Amino acid sequence: MPAVFRHADRRLVANRVLATLLVAAVAGSLLLPFAAMAPNRLVSGESVALVAALSPWQTLVLLGLALVLGVACLARPLGEHRGARTALIAAPLALLVVLYGLGDYATRALADASPAARVSQGAAFWVAVFCCALMMVDAFQRLRTPLWLCSIYALVVLGGIVALFAAGTFDALAIMQEYFNIEDAFAAQFVTHLVLVGLALGPALVVGLPLGLLAHRRPGARGPLFGVLNFFQTIPSIALFALLVTPLSRLGDALPWLREWGVSGIGAAPAIIALIMYSLLPIVRNTHAGFAGVAPATLEAASGMGMTATQVLWRVEIPLALPVILSGLRIVTVQAIGLTVVAALIGAGGLGAFIFQGLGQYAIDLVLLGAVPTIALAVVADFLLQILVTVSRPAGAR
Amino acid sequence: MKRNLPHGRDALLLVLGVALILLVLFMDALAPLFRAAFPQLDTAVYARESFLKLTLDHLALVLVSSLISVSVGVAAGLFVTRRAGREFEPLVSALAAIGQTFPPAAVLAIVVPLAGFGFVPTIVALTLYGLLPVVQNTIAGLGTVPTDTLEAARGTGMSATQILWRVELPLAMRVIIAGVRVSVIINIGTATIGSTVGAQSLGTPIIAGLVGDNIAYVIQGAVLVGLLAIVSDLLFERLERRYRFGS
Repeated sequence: MPAVFRHADRRLVANRVLATLLVAAVAGSLLLPFAAMAPNRLVSGESVALVAALSPWQTLVLLGLALVLGVACLARPLGEHRGARTALIAAPLALLVVLYGLGDYATRALADASPAARVSQGAAFWVAVFCCALMMVDAFQRLRTPLWLCSIYALVVLGGIVALFAAGTFDALAIMQEYFNIEDAFAAQFVTHLVLVGLALGPALVVGLPLGLLAHRRPGARGPLFGVLNFFQTIPSIALFALLVTPLSRLGDALPWLREWGVSGIGAAPAIIALIMYSLLPIVRNTHAGFAGVAPATLEAASGMGMTATQVLWRVEIPLALPVILSGLRIVTVQAIGLTVVAALIGAGGLGAFIFQGLGQYAIDLVLLGAVPTIALAVVADFLLQILVTVSRPAGAR
Repeated sequence: MKRNLPHGRDALLLVLGVALILLVLFMDALAPLFRAAFPQLDTAVYARESFLKLTLDHLALVLVSSLISVSVGVAAGLFVTRRAGREFEPLVSALAAIGQTFPPAAVLAIVVPLAGFGFVPTIVALTLYGLLPVVQNTIAGLGTVPTDTLEAARGTGMSATQILWRVELPLAMRVIIAGVRVSVIINIGTATIGSTVGAQSLGTPIIAGLVGDNIAYVIQGAVLVGLLAIVSDLLFERLERRYRFGS
């Protein structure tokens, strides 16, 4: 970084990112509705401001934490690094207070309301949660925290959130009411979602890895192969799902034994086939890139040591290509989790079923019950696979 | 350079483009075909709205959201690569990367409680989601400009604005266009799902067909939107090819 930017100590604000996030969080929390209270499930509720929703001690604690964060972004007395460490303590605490405050408000508000009344979270809640999360990301980037330390930190924060769930803090919220109504169905669809992703990724890996190796060994095959796979990748998911419905229902009609296996027009079969088609391109591309990235000198050294072609493949090429291949797996896993949402439209099930069911009934909380866990699932899968990619790197390259 | 290869792609673009236009305008003419294939259906061609109107609505969704995301995204990418905004670059990059792990359909669903049903939430969701690849590629594209080149430009006495317009942006353009391409292709797909939150698009006949068990509607919508995506992708590929310098 050029010397011009290193005048942090002469400026009033050392961390302008944190300052911006703090201003956004405070402005968003004060100007937007924090929660909404509705007489029943299907009408949109009346907005409640943050100040009105929180109890006095919660407001005071949040105010205190905001002040701490305000000090943390100044050049004095903490400076950039101690400021970032302070933010790493204050931001998750603010997050937990906001979460607890919302649940607590819902419990208090519903205590003397009709049984059908509902409390759901508003825009200010999302802004506050989002800004707190970004403050933590920014602090980690400033401190250049290693991934394992970030993981432990993330586990502790998640532990706090899980503890709030376990303590029943959110039980009064509409989204949790929705969950309690369909607890068993939710678990089943969650499992279905994971199974669909797994059933797509397995075959995609089995087919994609050799194809990637082929693309590496036979340059002539590369153009047509990537062309065809890119073609699939471009077709919108719902269109590909829908286009597979007809041939599969015809196939199921023609061959009854296939139908017994569950292959029919509507349901899991077209979804899995489409998901496999979408997953192939990133897997093949990254496998090829991984092998292409192995230095020719390394290969020569390996064969010079007397290794056979098979040994070179398994002991040199694959271990060295593994991080790039796993990055491909990371892309496809996240992509498949997202596309499985759309598969619910052709009756494959999964968490998307709640989203579209909720949209059909104008039941927003049911929509969120499908959408929020899907997003969480994608982010968690992305993070876990990122750890796997880091671990798979040879010790010297980490 | 391989000058002869692109002709094949251009021919494909032309054929698919003409097929798309003909299907949009004259889908009715295929009614006998659909009736023969699906004799059990009462109506063989989606008729509640013309395919021309559906396609134009679909394009409007994608164009409006893409215009916003490209202007905001490129501006954001420029801001975080200038001196004043460099401090925000790591966070913006992280945000663009994390944001893209969010499933587009889930983002669409999350926007509904905040913006209601219809055209607006779809535009909001498409814009937000479309921003991310544009920002990411703008930062990446400007990052590929060699420092030597910048030094040389500065040495010839160019001002910062001149360097941006005459050196940095032209050199970064191919990567930026690649980002716009990803953004537009994703948005064409998400606009299809937009019909489940009440925005009329080419997804409307697909959803109507899936709900009403009319497979012909499903095929008509799916073929059109698939062609639209592929034709757009080929157009962007052609555009990207124009900005390939010296490779």
